[in-house]
Amino acid sequence: MNYISIIKNGIIKDNPTFVLMLGMCPTLATTTSASNGMAMGLATMAVLICTNFVISCIKSITPDKVRIPVFIVVIAAFVTLLQMVIKAYLPDVDKSLGLFIPLIVVNCIILGRAEAFAAKNSPVASLFDGIGIGLGFTMALTLLGIVREILGSGAIFGYAFIPENYNILLFVLAPGAFITLGYLIALVNRMRNE
Amino acid sequence: MKKLESSLLNMVLVLTGVAVIMGAILAWVNSITSGPIAEQKDKILSEGIKAVMVCNDLTVARVDTVKNTNAKGKELTYIVYQTVDAKEQVLGAAVESTSDGFGGKLRVLVGFNPEGQILGYTLLEHAETPGLGAKADKWFQKGEKGCIIGLNPQEPLTVSKDGGQVDAITASTITSRAFLLAVNNAYLAYKSKPVDAATGATKQQ
Repeated sequence: MNYISIIKNGIIKDNPTFVLMLGMCPTLATTTSASNGMAMGLATMAVLICTNFVISCIKSITPDKVRIPVFIVVIAAFVTLLQMVIKAYLPDVDKSLGLFIPLIVVNCIILGRAEAFAAKNSPVASLFDGIGIGLGFTMALTLLGIVREILGSGAIFGYAFIPENYNILLFVLAPGAFITLGYLIALVNRMRNE
Repeated sequence: MKKLESSLLNMVLVLTGVAVIMGAILAWVNSITSGPIAEQKDKILSEGIKAVMVCNDLTVARVDTVKNTNAKGKELTYIVYQTVDAKEQVLGAAVESTSDGFGGKLRVLVGFNPEGQILGYTLLEHAETPGLGAKADKWFQKGEKGCIIGLNPQEPLTVSKDGGQVDAITASTITSRAFLLAVNNAYLAYKSKPVDAATGATKQQ
């Protein structure tokens, strides 16, 4: 197994947001600004790497019929762990994303990768799959956040450069998320096909 | 390695085992992080109090909890932090007040001098829309469009749309109203409690 190609797969060929269309709920909810999107992406990536690795390690001692509950217990444990760490050491991230962190438990990317990859591959390969998919998700969320922040708040990573009068409020609100996501998916898939 | 068979015993053992191990890990991490989490909360609050009282060297002389019932019959709790400066001079109080914003609970800390003028404010917790209502953390500060610093909410503050003197945040009237309601309520809670007698200071009118 070539680990580089696993990472590349996660970012481009199997990009969770633009290609697999997984995890749409956090994607739409947290990308109101570039930094929010990036923080959510990184948080998901951290959980994904841990769960992929652990699930791959315990795959042979997990009876098939209870594998989903076992996976969910592992995922929930890591998400709770992450939440406690963020609350304790990253209060700013907690302020903007606190509400969404527990929702990573039900993010289908995590369970999806556990089922589709970690349960069939070696722990190290699963680790790299977690990095790849996590990076793909982070990039997608950051990109979405950048577009929405520029159009909606006239800023990028919090640095405003467009006067307030020219901002399009719609892009900060939910409909803007759908519109931006639609255009980005079309654009990315067009580029992928070439 | 061959997969473990899905017999009842195996399933129970594995599921229980995984749950116990994960539970143990969580308990361990919780014991490490619970200290810093509590510290962060205290730090945010004490820095907030300093910021809204516009004084770096102050002590919280007394903490009062005021309970009021609002028009809908819901009980609201206000926490009044009576503060004195380094020379035991009464500075006024920082009042923690909550109201319902556009996206959820809006928790603000407002500083009043003994006359009831607003010294400063800060948002402790909010769930307002970024780029819209979330601007409330700057909008009402000194020198900004909706400045409330120095005003005295004896007459309840209202947004200009409701005939008041405060400019609402553009496209966020609901947040602005909720914010001013929290400020007005904080003032009422503050005025319903006299200045702490134990410090020997009297209320100056």
